[in-house]
Amino acid sequence: MIYLRYFASLRETLGRSTDEIEIFESQTALSVWNLANPTIPLPENTLVAVNMEYVPLDYPVKNCDEIAFFPPVTGG
Amino acid sequence: MNVKICTEIFDPFAEIQIFQNQLELSGKFGATSIFIGTMRDFNEGDSVQAMTLEHYEGMTQKQLSKMIETAKARWQILDCLIIHRVGEILPNEPIVLISVWSAHRAQAFEACRFLIEELKANAPFWKLEQLTTNEKRWVAK
Repeated sequence: MIYLRYFASLRETLGRSTDEIEIFESQTALSVWNLANPTIPLPENTLVAVNMEYVPLDYPVKNCDEIAFFPPVTGG
Repeated sequence: MNVKICTEIFDPFAEIQIFQNQLELSGKFGATSIFIGTMRDFNEGDSVQAMTLEHYEGMTQKQLSKMIETAKARWQILDCLIIHRVGEILPNEPIVLISVWSAHRAQAFEACRFLIEELKANAPFWKLEQLTTNEKRWVAK
């Protein structure tokens, strides 16, 4: 199982904050997004973190990973 | 504890004093550099009445701790403190405090500047503004 999390405006756009999906073959962060959101292209500028570390979209993911998708950060 | 995420209003000056009192650095530091970010009542030409700050619990602490380790490796700093608000915030309330203790001012200034710029670029916080018209919008930058 892969655990997906969505934050801020992306969470509002999707109408949910989490997903859980099963993967049966090797996947990247981007392909997991496409599996979870087949009709919604990943918005430009979306940041991706796997297990709370920033990664590129082609980062390979594995079972039990937590993948987060979120817009550019605006703290401070 | 160098990193604190606060859900309630905090007094940055009191926090600096409390943290400094706990440091075993008496006589060792000659410079303390401080950055405090405060909520404005305007943004992008509009009046803002409140703001909600969301964050990614866990990743926030991880990223901020990593920034501190980088700063400690890069500059000769003795210690530092980062406090950031989340939840509902009103104008004039502090959003973020960064305080850096060092023997000399150059290291303190540079590390403090580094920490706030890194926080703004990488720490997973997001601001949702509520305008005085009651319209809500996500801050884009």
